[in-house]
Amino acid sequence: MIYKSKKSPIFWTVISYSILVLACLVTVLPMVYMIGTAFKGPTYIFDFPPKFIPSEPTVENFISAWESNHFERYFLNSVLVTILSTFCVVLFAGLMSFAFAYLEFWGKDLIFGLIVLFMAMPIIILIIPQFELVVQLKLIDTLPGLVVVYIAQNIPLAVFILTGFFKQLPRDLLEAAYMDGANSWKTYWKIVFPLSKPVLATVTIFASLGAWDEFIWANTIINTSSRRTLPVGIAAFQGVHTSNWGLIFAASMIAITPIIVLFIFMQRYFIKGTFTGAIKG
Amino acid sequence: MNRMIKKSLRNTFTAYLFILPGLVFTTLWLFYPMIRAFQLSFYNWNLMPNIPNTFIGFDNYLSAFQDDLFWLTLKNTGVYVLVTVLGQLFLGLLLALILDQVTKGRVLIRTLLYIPVVTSIVVAALLFRYLFNSSDTGLVNYFLTDVIGIIAKPIPWLREAQTAFIPVFMLGIWKGVGWAMVIFLAALQSIPEEYREAASIDGASHTQIITKIVIPILIPTILLVMILLTNGAFKVYVEVALITGGNPLHRTEVLLSYIYYQGFERMNFGYANALSFMLAVVIFSINRIQLRQQKKLTHDI
Repeated sequence: MIYKSKKSPIFWTVISYSILVLACLVTVLPMVYMIGTAFKGPTYIFDFPPKFIPSEPTVENFISAWESNHFERYFLNSVLVTILSTFCVVLFAGLMSFAFAYLEFWGKDLIFGLIVLFMAMPIIILIIPQFELVVQLKLIDTLPGLVVVYIAQNIPLAVFILTGFFKQLPRDLLEAAYMDGANSWKTYWKIVFPLSKPVLATVTIFASLGAWDEFIWANTIINTSSRRTLPVGIAAFQGVHTSNWGLIFAASMIAITPIIVLFIFMQRYFIKGTFTGAIKG
Repeated sequence: MNRMIKKSLRNTFTAYLFILPGLVFTTLWLFYPMIRAFQLSFYNWNLMPNIPNTFIGFDNYLSAFQDDLFWLTLKNTGVYVLVTVLGQLFLGLLLALILDQVTKGRVLIRTLLYIPVVTSIVVAALLFRYLFNSSDTGLVNYFLTDVIGIIAKPIPWLREAQTAFIPVFMLGIWKGVGWAMVIFLAALQSIPEEYREAASIDGASHTQIITKIVIPILIPTILLVMILLTNGAFKVYVEVALITGGNPLHRTEVLLSYIYYQGFERMNFGYANALSFMLAVVIFSINRIQLRQQKKLTHDI
C-alpha cells in the first residue's frame, strides 16, 4: 500500500523503483559479468572495453574446466560429503532436539547450553586441535575427515532451531501418542517428524549449504588433488590458471548453479532459515 | 519413592540414547578441541611427536599484547565489522522500507537481491578479485575511468592496503544486504496496517510515519540484525584470504587469517591457540547476547 502523501504518489513510485532497480543492477551485474566471462574464449577475456555479452560465445571453458584436474571428481566429492553430512546432521540433531524438548534427564540444561554456545563458531578457532585429532584418527586427507567435522559444526544451530520448534508443537498430540502406548522413539518418528517437515527442510538447506561451500577446513586437511571438494578445487584453479578467468568462472558456475536452482525452487525455506540466523556466513 | 527414582533413571537412559550420536560428534569435534585449545595456549607447541613441548604459562597471551601485527589485525577486523555492519544495516533497511511500499515486482526484486546470500563465498571472492582487477580492463576501473570519469587512471586496487580493503568491504556488503533486507521486510509486514492508516488520517506525512511509527517498532529487529551481522562479520576470512591474501605485507590481515597464518605457516600453534581462545570468549559473549535478544523478539512476535 502506498501512503497517502502530499507529493503525488507517482513521484514516490518513480523514486522507489529507481532505487530498487539500481540495487538490483549492483547485485546482479557482477553475476552477469561472471556468466559472460565464462562464455568468452581466452583471447576475449581482457577485451577493452569490457563486455557483458561475449561477441563470440563459446562453451569451450566449460568443457576444459570439466575435463581438467579431476574436476568431475571435485563435483562428486562435494555431492558425497554434502549428502552424508547433511543426512547425519538432520538425523542426530532431530533426535537430540526431541530429548531437549520433551524428555527430562540429568544434565539436560548443561548439555543444551554447551551445544548452543558453539552456534556460529568460526571453524578457525578450533582448527589446530581439530587438525591434531584428524591426524591422530588417521582421517587426514580423506573425505570422512571432512564429513565428521561438518556434522559437528552444523549440529548446534540445527539443535537450536529444532528444539525451539518442537517446543511449540501442541502437547496433547504427544500425550495422546503416549496414552496409546507409543514409546519415545515411535512418537518421534510417527508424530513429531511428520509435523516438522518444513523446519526440517530449512535445517537441511542450511546444513547442505554449509557443507557445499565449506572452504577452510577442506583446504587445510586435503592434499591429494583427487580428494578436493569444489570450493578448494576452484580456489586451486585460480592459483594455477591465474589469468584464465573464463575457465575459473566456468568452473564456478558449475559449482553455484545447483544451489541457485535449489534456492529459486525452495525460496520459502531459505527465507525461513534467515530468521534463525541460519543462512548467514 | 523407589519407583520414582527408577522412572527418572529410565527416562534419563532413554534421553541419552536420543542425544548420544549427536553428543559423540559434538564432544569429539567441538568440546574436546575447545579444552585442548585452552591447554595448548599455555605451551610452546609443535605438532611433531618427537619434539618436546614446553609449558610457558601465560606467555602466549602476554606476547599477543606486544605483537604489533595482532593489534593491526584487531583494528582491521574492527574496521571491517563497523563498515560492513553499518552498510548492510542501512541499505537493508532502506531497501526493505521501499520494497514494503511497492506493489509490483516485489518477489522478483527480493529474489534477485537475495542471490548473493546463497552464492558460494569462494566464488564471490574470486569474482570480486576479478572485478577489481588493477588494469583498465577491470570492470570497476573501467566504470570509474571511462563510464563516469571520476578518476583519470585505473587504480591498482590490491597494491596499497587502503584500497585493497575496498573490494573486501564491498563484497561483505554486497553479500549481506539481501539477508538484512529480508528480515526487515518480514518485520515491516507484521506491523498492522491500521497503525499507519490512523497516522495518515491524522495528517502525518510520509517521513513522519516512517520516523515516528515504523522505525520505533523496528528497533528490536534492528538490534537483532545488528548482533547477527556483527557475529558474522567477525568471521571474515575467506574474503581476505582469496582477495588480498593479507598483502601487502600483512597490512590487510584480519584476526582469523592471522590466527591461521600463525598456526599453519609459522607453526606457532600455542600462540595461535591463545589468540583463538581470546576470540572464542568474545564470540561466546556475543552469542549469549544474541540468544537473549532472539528469545525476546520471537516472544514479542
